Amino acid sequence: MKVDRRSFLGLGIGAVAGIAVSPVGIKLTDDSSILTQTTKLWPWALDHPPLDGAIVYENSVCSLCPGGCGISVRKIDDRPVKIEGLADYPINDGGACLHGMSGLQYLYDPARIKKPMIKKGDSFEEISWEDAISLVAGKLSDVRKSGSPEKLACITDKEHGSVSGLLQHLLKAFGSPNFYTMPNLESYLETVAQQIHGNGKTLSFDLENSDFVLSFGAGIIEGWGSPVACFKANATRKQRHAKLYQVEARLSNTAANANKWIPAVPGTEADLALAMCAVILNENLFNSAATANMYAGFSKFVSVVQTEYAPAKIAKITGIKEDDIIQIAREFATAKMPVAVFGKGKGDGAQSLKEMAAVHALNCLVGNVNKKGGVFVQDKAQYLEFPAVKMDGIASKGAAKARTGQYIGQMLDAVNASAEPVVEALIVYNANPCYSLHDTRRVKQAMSKIPFVVSISSFLDETAMEADIILPCHTFLERFEDVPSSGGFSKTVVGLTKPVVNPIFDTKNAGDCIIEIGKALDQAVAANFEWENYEDCLQAVTSSIWDSLSEEGYAVVSDTIPSGSPGVDVSFLAQNPATVQAQGDFNLTLIPVDNIRLLSGAIAASAFAIKTVSDTVLTKKETVVEINPLTVKGLKDKDLATLTTPMGSANVRVHLNEGIRPGVIGMVEGLGHTFDNKYVSNKGVNVNDLIGQVLEPGTGLDAAFGIKAKISRA
Amino acid sequence: MKQENKKEHKFGMVIDLDKCTGCGSCMVSCMAENNVPFKEDESNKKDSITWMRVYKLTNGKDFPETEVVYMPRPCQHCSGKGGHGHSPCVSVCPATATDYGKDTGIVSQIYTRCFGCRYCMGACPYHARYFNWWDPKWPEGMENYLSPNVSPRMRGVVEKCSFCYHRYQLAREKAYLEEREEIEEMEYQTACTTACPAGAIVFGDLNNPEHEVTKIVKPDDHPDPRNPDVVGKSRNPKVFRLLERLGTNTKVYYLSEREWVRKAGDNYTEGEWETIKNHHGKTQISHG
Repeated sequence: MKVDRRSFLGLGIGAVAGIAVSPVGIKLTDDSSILTQTTKLWPWALDHPPLDGAIVYENSVCSLCPGGCGISVRKIDDRPVKIEGLADYPINDGGACLHGMSGLQYLYDPARIKKPMIKKGDSFEEISWEDAISLVAGKLSDVRKSGSPEKLACITDKEHGSVSGLLQHLLKAFGSPNFYTMPNLESYLETVAQQIHGNGKTLSFDLENSDFVLSFGAGIIEGWGSPVACFKANATRKQRHAKLYQVEARLSNTAANANKWIPAVPGTEADLALAMCAVILNENLFNSAATANMYAGFSKFVSVVQTEYAPAKIAKITGIKEDDIIQIAREFATAKMPVAVFGKGKGDGAQSLKEMAAVHALNCLVGNVNKKGGVFVQDKAQYLEFPAVKMDGIASKGAAKARTGQYIGQMLDAVNASAEPVVEALIVYNANPCYSLHDTRRVKQAMSKIPFVVSISSFLDETAMEADIILPCHTFLERFEDVPSSGGFSKTVVGLTKPVVNPIFDTKNAGDCIIEIGKALDQAVAANFEWENYEDCLQAVTSSIWDSLSEEGYAVVSDTIPSGSPGVDVSFLAQNPATVQAQGDFNLTLIPVDNIRLLSGAIAASAFAIKTVSDTVLTKKETVVEINPLTVKGLKDKDLATLTTPMGSANVRVHLNEGIRPGVIGMVEGLGHTFDNKYVSNKGVNVNDLIGQVLEPGTGLDAAFGIKAKISRA
Repeated sequence: MKQENKKEHKFGMVIDLDKCTGCGSCMVSCMAENNVPFKEDESNKKDSITWMRVYKLTNGKDFPETEVVYMPRPCQHCSGKGGHGHSPCVSVCPATATDYGKDTGIVSQIYTRCFGCRYCMGACPYHARYFNWWDPKWPEGMENYLSPNVSPRMRGVVEKCSFCYHRYQLAREKAYLEEREEIEEMEYQTACTTACPAGAIVFGDLNNPEHEVTKIVKPDDHPDPRNPDVVGKSRNPKVFRLLERLGTNTKVYYLSEREWVRKAGDNYTEGEWETIKNHHGKTQISHG
């Protein structure tokens, strides 16, 4: 057959038409898709289809942070699949933060501690619960028998709540005054209230009603206080025509969302607040009825701020123009419902009493105390009724002894300083001092010097790794617990955390661990632990609100504006205490940065939360620090650099950013964990490794707001 | 037989960028709701699957005039030119793996049909589509939290925000059981909307004048006289859409009092913005 041009083309067209019409091509594409991607090559999906079932919702309370938000857990039959905010709950009314919503990643985390463990050499071995409790009780009995029961210490996250109450109960019955909490906003509020208004008081802020919030670094939307309540208060600001002014060296989310960003030099916030006090006093903008309550040291305070904190002088220190200081002070004093807020970042970092008292002095001067939209000075919430502790001779003698240190930092320093063990045994619950305190090496050193460390923890975190025995506890989704609102929330609400799922691993409620230890000690101590278990104890000690707790899921202890105008004692500020300076003599200042998407306390951020972190904060395994382009010449964006402080140095990436004051380096809190979890750990640097403790003279608070540093290309 | 929901819906949302705090709750709520996986390193944002992504925009000004705004970006659920359902991605998909729901206005993604050519990713002007370069892997035990309402995706397929379509299905089923024709506004809300602690996201049916989203956006159903491809332009001067001039006719609207933020929604030639609104400013965008 002869193939001419015409038949060749015809054949070609015919072939094209044939292929186009034929199903073979489509079939082949389909087959190749099936072959390469469907469940045949993804056996996991065949083995683990998400099981279907009836949808049920269970309400509980999140206790990952002090916020205490109501949560609604969606379950498929018995299996929790999603956590969301609980509508109409008095704290968060339906909202939730990313950490609470990641709660199931903590629950099912394979990195959880699955059984009690004991340290053998450098590693841990599993032991039974019976052996673990009797071992702990045995070691504690030895301490008690030695006649120095005060050598048992406890560290936990907070003073409030029944589990913390049980630890304090145990220590008292045992005979030790050495109960310590990690730095936290609630304790700072109490410290300030105690200094200025007297014992047993605390402060809270009516942010949802105030028309002028002057925040000295408080990360209102960075996780400060009760985070979701603060988000909600901030979100209604626009429609309430309320203003937020943010004093902070970097453009945090709060500063970015504020009406005005006041980028003061870090560490000069107290000076700025006192200069504003001076303006208010100079221009007679104070509330005279309120200043009449200032019974101690008021005239001396007036002369100190007027002579030492003149706006012109303070302008040079803070980097904020004199006119601006005067203008802001005037706006604050003439607002209808102004409130000045302290507690930098999330409020649980280092703070100085001078700064907090200076900020609160602004509130006292303008007189918006115990008024709508202002500051509430009230008695500490007392809803727990623990039975009186029956103390034997050993206990009475021990409990009367002086504490090893005023705050946790001094206690650890005392341990490090002494050749003899000043603490023989330590119980740590819901706290990670080996990660969260400044100068972590010092903390780890103290831990290794304490002969017997018990960690009650769900995760093998940095502190649990230093422990001699670990008692694994339930996560908040597996346990009962009372969760009091805290951190400056204007109402006092106690929520009830309830188990929404059976324990995944062989864990116990931390409350049960403590009760079982108490029962296993000698009769004098055990007599104080007559509850059957923690649930029994919880019901007994919360009996005044138990009906509401068990029926509603929460109890509102107080939601009214406290009455009366409390006395104000400004004698502390009248002595003109020194402002804490950053340690070291480099030219730049490294400051820790709180980021809502990371956690820096007892619990590390989840895999989901880490996933949301910007690549300008974490790149691969490197922390990215923020600096202003003017800070260091020759440093480019994304450069690898060496950051050095008096505490050590670290390699970091650089993010040049106009949203930070020149001369300041911002490093995020919450990275650089070293435990075994590839999704959240071994990423970046722990900023607490690079910052050392600086004690405020006279108060003993760790007030290191940052540290001097230098940075150069690596 | 009675058929529920005969009426045509046009689901959309408006996000108040002045309320948004960049907290990331929407991102996590979305990931937990839709069985979105995670891997060891998620700092390379190009292969990090986040149906809802929060971007950080700055006004580009020097210290201390710098301003920052966060912009959550779900799939924009484009209605296409003239609002006829020819979304950029739908138009290029050779497998009909992504389609425009005429009854809902939702752009779907059918994973079992997708064969991973990624044309849609190239076509999407909003980077809202993500490719599964690997099979997802949950650490042992974590598969227990997976929801049966959303199928996990395998390697080689594209995925994106569905406006939580399964929530619409559940709401419709409930309405059907209760012999109701219509679902209520609050019965169908996306996971990001309900999660937002600042209440910055408002979701609803843009065809329903009673819905909050319609009240805020006030969409103009007539074509824009300057660009007939554009329909549904907001009558609210504070509301804008991303790259509106493309005529993609997105159903995710943004709201801001700040002019530089509104200007960041598109690219303008010199002097052009003044013809729309007189303002200025270079904008830097990073992954928030």
